[in-house]
Amino acid sequence: MDLLGLANYAVFMGILIGIYALLSLGLNIQWGFTGLFNAGIAGFFAVGAYASAILTSLPASGRLGGYELPLVVGWLASMAAAAAIAWPIGKICLRFRSDYLAIATIGIAEIIRLVIRTEGWLTGGVRGVTGVPRPFGDLDYMPSQLAYLAIVATLVLVAYLLVERQVKAPWGRMMRAIRDNELAAAAMGKQVEARRLQAFVFGSALMGLAGALFVHFNRSITPEAIDPMIATFLIWIMLILGGSGNNRGAILGAAVIWIIWSVSELLTDRLPTEIAVQAKYARVFIIGLTLQLVLRFRPEGILPERQAGAPPHR
Amino acid sequence: MTLMDFLNFHLVPGIVLGSIYAVGAIGITLVFGILRFAHFAHGDMATLGAFIALALVTAGIDPWRALPIAMAVMAVVAIGVDKLFYDYLKARPKIVTVMASLGVALMLRAVVQVVFGVDPRTYASGIVRPDDYFGILLRDRELYTLAAVVLIVIGLTLFLRHSRWGKAMRAMSDNPDLARLSGVDNRKVTMLTWAIVGALCAASGFMLGINNELHSMMGWQVLLPMFAAAILGGVGRVEGAVLGGLIVGIAEEMSIFILPAQYKAATAFVLLLLILLVRPRGLLNGKVL
Repeated sequence: MDLLGLANYAVFMGILIGIYALLSLGLNIQWGFTGLFNAGIAGFFAVGAYASAILTSLPASGRLGGYELPLVVGWLASMAAAAAIAWPIGKICLRFRSDYLAIATIGIAEIIRLVIRTEGWLTGGVRGVTGVPRPFGDLDYMPSQLAYLAIVATLVLVAYLLVERQVKAPWGRMMRAIRDNELAAAAMGKQVEARRLQAFVFGSALMGLAGALFVHFNRSITPEAIDPMIATFLIWIMLILGGSGNNRGAILGAAVIWIIWSVSELLTDRLPTEIAVQAKYARVFIIGLTLQLVLRFRPEGILPERQAGAPPHR
Repeated sequence: MTLMDFLNFHLVPGIVLGSIYAVGAIGITLVFGILRFAHFAHGDMATLGAFIALALVTAGIDPWRALPIAMAVMAVVAIGVDKLFYDYLKARPKIVTVMASLGVALMLRAVVQVVFGVDPRTYASGIVRPDDYFGILLRDRELYTLAAVVLIVIGLTLFLRHSRWGKAMRAMSDNPDLARLSGVDNRKVTMLTWAIVGALCAASGFMLGINNELHSMMGWQVLLPMFAAAILGGVGRVEGAVLGGLIVGIAEEMSIFILPAQYKAATAFVLLLLILLVRPRGLLNGKVL
């Protein structure tokens, strides 16, 4: 691979890492600070992607959409759509232990997948939505990629700063109190259910935004674009390995895991076809095993959560 | 539609599917009730069990004879999975074990995909014509499935009600600390639970496979209906899991009267949300974690 090809690949990876970092930050709000188990990340991601795609894409026959609205509207709508789906699920399930939320989110991700495949008038069915504009998409290939990388990086930075500010505020202390001792927090007059719902909805909205960034990057989306279980699971490993409860850890984990995942894909693609298929599933096995190893040997992740008042390195 | 058509094309398939869900839901309810976490690798354990039976069938063993062997193998596998991946997490919040089980689900599925490939398989090829029992059309495999489920449920109920170890399991489900103080060895009960759950997984996977086909996603796809069944019946209640399984199975087959056929898989999810909304303890008063 020549130098230019390498630079292209690096920018491409950077954009995807940024998108995964947003997902990982969203999950950090839910799991890291609040202890909520969302096993349907891919579903919220897909809702955000389709919401923005339908609102901003060029008109096409046979499906809704083609409103050609400005990008910002699409992005806001992607967050609103993901939040609107998270709200009722959270409302029903957050009264119970997080296991129930996990089951329900697996279910909602499955339903979203069914709707996307079935309702052709809305999502274009298996053909998907095409003609999604990309900001600065009229430029040449490299400047356009770099401009998109800048947009993604800015949004990740903004999300990071906002989440970080919110977590350092009394709200963040309250959330950790609820996570670590629900009964004590409730006894102090904190509204446990309502706060959890807040965290679940905020986190899901960020996941929806990541979906929108993904669809504008690819300029199209089909139901096959994301494997629900593997996508969800990758994001879980990013957060756990990076350090749940630590926003920098969430971003670092996204970078580390995405690089390992993509490079291993490059390697398995070079294998002879007879074993390439098996190698593809062996990678999934290794991802599953990685989670077990992290949980066993370094459950706090690379960058552990910092305790308020404690020095950074214990 | 005549009554007989309704029975043959909707109710009977619903009951067969529901009794398979019931076997899976019993396993889920045992783990949920006794070990107190939602076990997401359950479906993929069923897949693995089904494919172990397939390996035996390919080696020339009759499918229904391969079933008990596959159940025994999966009992050992389940104990092994617990020892390797869940046991050391028991001091941490239970939700961490739930996450580990999601990882195990992915790993077990990858094993099936690497060893057996991703193409659909069957235990026996060829079309089987159903026999006529006073107007009700049943295939032998459906009859055997129903009989096997009845045997499993009766056997398990007797074991839990009357045997020493069954009582220990119920005691641990009610209150683990109290059970330990009364001399119940939690470690042994955990192992026994996993052995039973593993065997049940193999049974449900096998019956899914023999009534349809085997593929690497089959277990994951029935995880949601099985969880819905367990919660619908009441977590920790074996009779509840059977009742819930039948309701979910029949509801799925009936759903085509009100929903497009593509949304059959959504039925279980709707039932799950409904029961959590109006009666989270389940129909037969189970636990709420």
